[in-house]
Amino acid sequence: MTTVESDRAPIIATANDQSMSSAALLRSWEAKPGIGGWLSTVDHKQIGIRYVVTAFLFLIVGGLEALTMRLQLARPNQTLLTPEQYSQIFTMHGITMIFLYALPVLSGFSNYLWPLLLGSRDMAFPRLNALSYWVYLFAGIFLYSSFVFGKGPDNGWFNYVPYASLTYSPGPNIDVYALGMVLYGISTTVGSINFIVTLVHTRAPGMSINRVPILVWGTLTASVGNLLAVPAVSLAFFMLWMDRQVGTHFFDSSAGGQPMLWQHLFWMFGHPWVYAIVLPAMGIVSDGLPTFCRRPLVGYTAVALATVTTMVLGFGVWVHHMFASGLPILSLSFFGAASMAIVVPSSVAVFAWLATIWTGRPVFTTAFLYFAGFILLFVIGGVSGFMTAAVPVDWQLTRTYFVVAHLHYVIIGINVFPVIGGVYYWFPKVTGRLMKEGLGKWSFWVMFLGFNVAFFPMHILGFLGMPRQIYTYSDGLGWGTPNLIVTIGAFVFGGGILLFFINVILSLKHGAPSPPNPWDAASLEWSTASPPPVYNFAVIPIVASRYPLWEDKMNEDDGASHDSNRSSVAAGMLLDQGRETIGTTLLDAEPDVILRMPGDSYSPLLAALAMTAAFVGLLLHSYLVFGIAFLLTLLTSVLWLWPQLSLYQREPSHE
Amino acid sequence: MLCCGLLAAPAATWAETPMSYQRTFGPAVDPVTRLAWGLGTVSLVVIVVIGVLLLGSLLRRRDAADGDSGQLAVRHDGGGMAWIYVGSGISLVVLTGCMVWTLIVTAAVARPPSPPLLTVQVTASQWWWGLRYQGAQPDRTFTTANEIHIPVGQPIRFELASADVVHSFWIPQLAGKMDVIPGQTNVLWLQANKPGTYRGQCAAYCGVQHAHMAIFLVAESAQDFAAWQNHQLAETPMPVSDSDRRGEEVFQGHCAVCHTIRGTGSAGHVGPDLTHLMTRGTIAAGLLPNTPGTLAAWIANPGSLKPGTHMPAQVLSGSELKAVTSYLTTLN
Repeated sequence: MTTVESDRAPIIATANDQSMSSAALLRSWEAKPGIGGWLSTVDHKQIGIRYVVTAFLFLIVGGLEALTMRLQLARPNQTLLTPEQYSQIFTMHGITMIFLYALPVLSGFSNYLWPLLLGSRDMAFPRLNALSYWVYLFAGIFLYSSFVFGKGPDNGWFNYVPYASLTYSPGPNIDVYALGMVLYGISTTVGSINFIVTLVHTRAPGMSINRVPILVWGTLTASVGNLLAVPAVSLAFFMLWMDRQVGTHFFDSSAGGQPMLWQHLFWMFGHPWVYAIVLPAMGIVSDGLPTFCRRPLVGYTAVALATVTTMVLGFGVWVHHMFASGLPILSLSFFGAASMAIVVPSSVAVFAWLATIWTGRPVFTTAFLYFAGFILLFVIGGVSGFMTAAVPVDWQLTRTYFVVAHLHYVIIGINVFPVIGGVYYWFPKVTGRLMKEGLGKWSFWVMFLGFNVAFFPMHILGFLGMPRQIYTYSDGLGWGTPNLIVTIGAFVFGGGILLFFINVILSLKHGAPSPPNPWDAASLEWSTASPPPVYNFAVIPIVASRYPLWEDKMNEDDGASHDSNRSSVAAGMLLDQGRETIGTTLLDAEPDVILRMPGDSYSPLLAALAMTAAFVGLLLHSYLVFGIAFLLTLLTSVLWLWPQLSLYQREPSHE
Repeated sequence: MLCCGLLAAPAATWAETPMSYQRTFGPAVDPVTRLAWGLGTVSLVVIVVIGVLLLGSLLRRRDAADGDSGQLAVRHDGGGMAWIYVGSGISLVVLTGCMVWTLIVTAAVARPPSPPLLTVQVTASQWWWGLRYQGAQPDRTFTTANEIHIPVGQPIRFELASADVVHSFWIPQLAGKMDVIPGQTNVLWLQANKPGTYRGQCAAYCGVQHAHMAIFLVAESAQDFAAWQNHQLAETPMPVSDSDRRGEEVFQGHCAVCHTIRGTGSAGHVGPDLTHLMTRGTIAAGLLPNTPGTLAAWIANPGSLKPGTHMPAQVLSGSELKAVTSYLTTLN
């Protein structure tokens, strides 16, 4: 293979998927056929789909756990589950939904969509992307490994010490959780780095930072947040594992350790994490609503800044999970006020969405129903958060079903509803087939009704003093009727989710074929075929506005529009000499360098396997296994980093 | 409609909701309850207003001429910002008001109006509450479990310590939660303005029987409280009948390692102090009413009633069980 000069001037040409250049692109980007290609692909679209499918599988598992708990709690003094079983199920339910579903599903959306939204051919680090997925998958299996033997983590997802210490939890339960979370943290960290660098370097020419879709702002903000937050939890879990297995005393008050240290480290991570699992989903709504309201989003800049502000404030509110822990009143008041202040950026987003619908002309598709319904759930989850931010009120509300209601309005309302709406929205792009609208509307209304019947009465249960994480309750506390209603609602909600999955399966086979842009949407992903070719774009688009595909429809009365400040998706950089995409500058997205992209590789899978084996070694106390696996991890890194002529790249000369 | 129905349901059963804090009975929590109702009302209004705006924006009549397919509703990237300015502006004003009210309430309940005359030391364990009343003289100090008595109308100070893991002390109708954390002593005050029995429950997950860690607080007149205190300080009655004497032997042989009955030589601290056991309304931290029948069932096989409890099942013959139960029922 000959070397390709990457500082050559790219050819600007007009091309489509039938062009000669596209045949070359197909050859360069296509994965090998068969299982080998499947295991070694680094295509962001493949990885995105795998993320979403895996996350939905975990959603089903977590959902079945939830329904089991609801059966147990439907009436007082039930004995369907033993207390130990109940503890494991509620713990795994939390771990599954928060770690194995909520973030990965959004990572899946962003992995699939980012290069398409940004007019690029792949993520900045395609192999890192594959590693991130494999480690997530293996960490998920690792976290479930002991549950299947009846020894799953059983201390709730926030896992307070000293109950999590060896004295009170002598089994493997907590070790699995601790090591699994450190492993999982690797996936989140490399994934976040990838998103950040992708945003910084691989936007299409002209897509300045104030033209990227809000979903990109959301995922970017979440990724920066994760980079700062995940070290706290990885450290905490590693310290916990050392306390348990190496004999340290970080959290052991009898030896000068401090149980409160765990709570601080956990929530310093835990609260930003909550924003990480909702901000990209809010981005889905901010990008989806304009399509169906037939107008640009009201207040793009305000919403983008509100996204970032929420995350920044989110780093200053972790103590609101610890208002009852005996900290000084002054610091509680500070954290309470900071928590309340989050209402401000949230209200900016809510009024931007409302104004977009009000001044727009809504098209009532299923996706739109999910996005519009989300707004109400967002507000309910928001005001209950506002109530818990009031310190003395939280002394009553905390650790009751009020908090259970609040967090489900937040996580289901602000994550699951936009995500499923997002599936209805992008399904035709991903599969080339439209989802069934009639069944879709049924799925929305059943979900929406079931959700509110299941979770609204939980607020009432909280007011009636029902603590969370109890496996049963006695008669005579007034909790029986609301619990029965909750259980019925939960099953209706589950039925709605089931309808959605049935729709996905039916539409995969029998959905109507979709044109490239079935919704007449404005962003770049709709300019390419449905499903997109493996190289995404026949030419790298040139972007001149926030709504590149709507430019003909917008400002059409202005005489000022010239072709020179129009976006172009038909003509652009060809970049057909192997796997290439254009690198652009941070703020203005000026073309900067031709990026040589790595090809498919087994090294991400092998590295993930070796890493996982190292954690299995630690879990089994086999330092031999750990040692070998550690060496193998280093070895796969060498394999990964082995110089390749095709990746030869010279720093661009800036003159 | 849904909301109204759900709000009405608990209202009908108000009296049967001993853990509900919608009505409270003391100065440590009453301002908080008013604040909670206030913030709750603000929250409901916000939900209704946004709900109406959302419905309006969805159902609003639009010009039929707009309907041409493909056209956008507006032709410019702009407009609608007034919504954000007005909406966020109003939110900010309401929010600031709520924040100030919250700070005022926080300050109001931070300290009792007068220094508490009585301190109760609470030690939380898996899954019961140890209570120690510190007297002026050593012989005025005593220990009990799971049932607090206090005089009405007076602030009481609670010092909270843990014997094992994190728990949370919560008697909703008198005070908010305070966590009980190993290695530190958290302090809480409360005052009951109305005599009665108040129910509480551990509010932090503390292991498999977290669900069965209730506590009761009896608020009574100063006179009744003094009588109760004196009764708790009284000597343990000596067993009279042969059967009760045999019961005491069984107790010393099987139970005294973990339990104390003051004045009998037993001094275990692993389980609750059983001195004057029969003055308490419940056993096993609120799990069962305190009757000879439930006592016998509990002693025979605690794990079947409270799976995971640290109290081991005792191998007792039928007559031993009967004797020890009968002995315990003499502990008035």
